[in-house]
Amino acid sequence: MQALYAQLLVGLINGSFYALLSLGLAVIFGMLNIINFAHGALYMMGAFVAFFLLNGIDLPTMASVLNGSVLPLSLIGIKTAPVETFHIGLGLNYWWALLIAPIVVGVFGMILERTMLQWLAGLDHLYGLLLTFGIALIVQGLFQNYFGSSGLPYAIPDELKGGMNLGFMFLPIYRGWVVIFSLAVCIATWYLIEKTRLGAYLRAATENPTLVRAFGINVPRMITLTYGLGVGLAALAGVLSAPINQVRPLMGADLIIVVFAVVVIGGMGSIMGSIITGFALGVIEGLTKYFYPEASNTVVFVLMVLVLLIKPTGLTGRAA
Amino acid sequence: MSVVTDDTLPAAPRAVRDEMIVFVVMAILLAFVPATGIYPFFVMQALCFALLACAFNLLIGFGGLLSFGHAMFLGSAGYFTAHALKVWGVTPELGILIGIAGSAVLSVITGYISIRRQGIYFSMITLALSQLLYFIYLQAPFTHGEDGIQGIPQGYLFWVFNLAKPTVLYYVILVAFLAGFLLIYRTINSPFGEVLKSIRENEQRAISLGYKTDQYKLMAYILSGTIAGFAGSLKVFVAQNASLTDVHWTMSGEIVLMTLVGGLGTIFGPVVGAFIIIAMQQYLAGFGQWVTVIQGVIFVACVLAFRRGIVGEIGHYFRRSL
Repeated sequence: MQALYAQLLVGLINGSFYALLSLGLAVIFGMLNIINFAHGALYMMGAFVAFFLLNGIDLPTMASVLNGSVLPLSLIGIKTAPVETFHIGLGLNYWWALLIAPIVVGVFGMILERTMLQWLAGLDHLYGLLLTFGIALIVQGLFQNYFGSSGLPYAIPDELKGGMNLGFMFLPIYRGWVVIFSLAVCIATWYLIEKTRLGAYLRAATENPTLVRAFGINVPRMITLTYGLGVGLAALAGVLSAPINQVRPLMGADLIIVVFAVVVIGGMGSIMGSIITGFALGVIEGLTKYFYPEASNTVVFVLMVLVLLIKPTGLTGRAA
Repeated sequence: MSVVTDDTLPAAPRAVRDEMIVFVVMAILLAFVPATGIYPFFVMQALCFALLACAFNLLIGFGGLLSFGHAMFLGSAGYFTAHALKVWGVTPELGILIGIAGSAVLSVITGYISIRRQGIYFSMITLALSQLLYFIYLQAPFTHGEDGIQGIPQGYLFWVFNLAKPTVLYYVILVAFLAGFLLIYRTINSPFGEVLKSIRENEQRAISLGYKTDQYKLMAYILSGTIAGFAGSLKVFVAQNASLTDVHWTMSGEIVLMTLVGGLGTIFGPVVGAFIIIAMQQYLAGFGQWVTVIQGVIFVACVLAFRRGIVGEIGHYFRRSL
């Protein structure tokens, strides 16, 4: 039974990541009409920002930037001097990362939205998917170039080390924290969108942006902020996952495909639907790991197929 | 509704004449490749991918359906053909037939599932289905997991053509490519193709005219998947292996990229795009992940500034349908 509970906990943790990511995808899709393929890459960036904040970062010196040795000029046969770097140690711990990483990645996302995504308004959906896929390739490729493909360790913060004996199982505190904190963030996002005035503007702009603009609300700025919010949620999930899964450039690449399946199952019409579907699928995956481990990689996809066969519009109903 | 290309010209007699001229020029140029001393392996590989990209383009360019899982046909047909050739020891033509039949069955099943949702959901579903297959192939014993199926015998096609000889293999691949290309070309210009284009432009109106659009889309998907499988079977003879990379989502992305670079919804665009992307991979092979970065940059540049693609831009400039 111990093993079953342990797998259930792993399932809940994966479910938290599914929920946070599919929530962000749904919010972004509502406002921008774009499926953000870069979501996995931005999740990865969140984890890396946390890593840099704690362990510092090696930046190229000004001289190396100016003489071009940071660029891959060897690709075109130009010999360059080796890159000189200097180390900036920030020493900001996990708690700072939880706050700073979503902001940093969120700002990066807003820059992406202002410089690229906004030009796709009015075009077919598929261009948004292709553009964000390209962005994901660039980000993941750059990180792979500079940090390799292997994982970097990120220590669990001291306050959350150790575990509790619950009688029926041993609960590592950090894992419990991830589930509870993610759930709190999900519910806060739900509250923000469904119950506040800002959320009402957001929902109205999703339904009819032109009309909302006519009321004097700056819809383009709201779109930018929405993208920042969705991306920030992904980065937050990245920080949460850093101590559990190692920090790797490709940590988001496979995850995003599972999250797409989650989104297909749950539909993107409802915020609460995304949250519940995310957690539920995580739990089902965890159970599969215990009862039939061979299928644990595929169970979400198989469920997607079943849902499509039985209820093609997805569980929460609205057709695309 | 969805507008993939903004300058689709009607298939006027002049357009058909232009396209046939370009086709003949392309066939003649390709036929002279072995005489030029260009590395034939590169051209053969590019031809396989060109056929694959053309099949993919049939779906997106003329049906408006973006499949993000077309690698599953490439990889599956490759595995089926490779297994049949190596383990069962069948002849090459039978091996290719098995690959085609396998991918046809696969496309019927995945098409039936994915056609149920429209637009962007269709892309996500095809991506998820190909990832599902990836994990199945990763665990299935006959694919040999990470190693893949290697050292596949090439054999004699129709008991006559020795496929182990590069020149013979080259012309076999070329003929197969041209046949596949003509099949796609014929489909696009058939009444079926016209209905498909009308669905792409305005599905509601096509429905109101009495067309069962789901059946047309499914038919296009099956045709596209089967021809993609044909390309996958051919590739086995060129590469002499079948591996997981051919089923991975990065491969699906590359297929999309080839078509996007050449021009979505153009006749010859996917061929041009396939040659460019394969050449790029060939020459940049030593530079690790920079290839990924460059591919990403091309994606972004194409979507933001260059949506017609190379052939699309040329056709637009000369006001010709290519």
